[in-house]
Amino acid sequence: MILFDSFLARAAIAGAGVAIAAAPLGCFVVWRRMAYFSDATAHASILGVALALTFDAPVFAGAMVVALLMALLISTLSGRGMASDTALGVAAHSALAVGLVAVSLLPDVRIDIVAYLFGDILAVGRGDIAIIWGGAAIVLGLLSWRWSALLTATLGSDLAHASGVDPRREQLILTLALAIVVAVAIKVVGALLIGALLLIPAATARRFSATPEAMALIASGIGIGSAALGVWISWIFDTPTGPTIVCAAAAAFIVSSVAKRA
Amino acid sequence: MPRLPEQRIVSLISVEGLEIRQGGRQILHDVTLAVREGEIVTIVGPNGSGKSTLLRAMIGAIRPSAGRVVRQEGLRIGYVPQSLPVDRNLPLTVRRFLSLPKPVSDSAAKSALDRAGLPQVARAQLGALSGGQMQRVLLARALLNDPQVLILDEPTQGLDQQGSAAFYRQIEAIRSETGCAVLMVSHELHVVMAASDRVICLNGHICCEGHPEQVASAPEYRALFGTGTQGALALYRHEHTHDHHHHHHDHSDEVAK
Repeated sequence: MILFDSFLARAAIAGAGVAIAAAPLGCFVVWRRMAYFSDATAHASILGVALALTFDAPVFAGAMVVALLMALLISTLSGRGMASDTALGVAAHSALAVGLVAVSLLPDVRIDIVAYLFGDILAVGRGDIAIIWGGAAIVLGLLSWRWSALLTATLGSDLAHASGVDPRREQLILTLALAIVVAVAIKVVGALLIGALLLIPAATARRFSATPEAMALIASGIGIGSAALGVWISWIFDTPTGPTIVCAAAAAFIVSSVAKRA
Repeated sequence: MPRLPEQRIVSLISVEGLEIRQGGRQILHDVTLAVREGEIVTIVGPNGSGKSTLLRAMIGAIRPSAGRVVRQEGLRIGYVPQSLPVDRNLPLTVRRFLSLPKPVSDSAAKSALDRAGLPQVARAQLGALSGGQMQRVLLARALLNDPQVLILDEPTQGLDQQGSAAFYRQIEAIRSETGCAVLMVSHELHVVMAASDRVICLNGHICCEGHPEQVASAPEYRALFGTGTQGALALYRHEHTHDHHHHHHDHSDEVAK
């Protein structure tokens, strides 16, 4: 397909793939106040990248496994009431630092760690697009399958139990979805800015939504639009693509807050 | 404790020898009770007496450290939590809320809201409701699955006395209409008195239980709540020096903790 031959088009398609999965998941991050949780998970993925490079394994797999382990760890801790904001912050920053140190210890010095911190979307190949959209499809599938149960668990664990929904199970589904999003987003926006792609479109969509479904859909639209706009602007002004995508989303957030108030 | 066999047959939900520990602390011990068809049972007790914990164990949100919770096969429970703080970033209309987790038809939603005494709010956002409206929406949601037992955790918290009284009248009306049993927690015995068939006084264990008038005159109850209707809840010294006819439980074990 000619479309896939242009690296710019590949970048836009990859960005849209990440945004479409990150936005509805990001709604749950907002509703459940899991911002620190998602940051810790995303930052831990750098350690996964280091391990993957060490053992010559696929970076997606490394990032996903470590992100999943981190997410499971902190979700277990918070289930026991042990994960305070502070504890999550300690976990998030430590995971990032350990990952960076681990990468620097690698004998192969050719690795450009900046690509994993802020993304290198213009280097996304066809195989990457397949992985990104495959991951996005799994995340969207999980979320739509469990949608009502996830919402019920978000409202309160007692309410969920009484309705026959096990909140721990739903938490596990979100944890898994988060690890997948982190893994597919690392090449697009990088470990440091995944949180932005989760939060900002959801926060922007909130003003225009009367139901959770509308919020998830609008957030997806904003995410995809930001990805396309970010790729385009970064091409014109030769800016780093991942951060430019986040800037586009942030601009949408600001414009919408001003417009809504006016 | 002696319990007649026929009571066991019609018991919808019961707990037997329940003990709950949290963080090494014993919250509840030796709690045995049963809720039978169509009766209104009110649990009273001071703050920290384990009332909410008991209800949470009965809906399956807390695992007992000892003892068990027995529910009738396929029992339909309607649960009304103490409150439901909804994150203001979560847009949710009353109508959408009623369809969680199972979708319900518009007519079912409307009739539930009517029965809860709150028509005309289906399109309102949950976050925009007053405390009293929110309690009625929670009640409406609990009524949707045609419950055999309604479990309410301090449903009138934050309501004034008139609002509380109106809410309890509504509960009583629903009970007589549908025949469902009601188990609720309250610390306003003077308000729920009229509506309750049976009152259980809880303070880590069951201190006393029986008809509202019986319990109100029991020394265990008075020790907890004082003799007036507005007894000071926090300032009490709990002692078991008497034994009474309505006092079904063996208290030999729990005095000097």
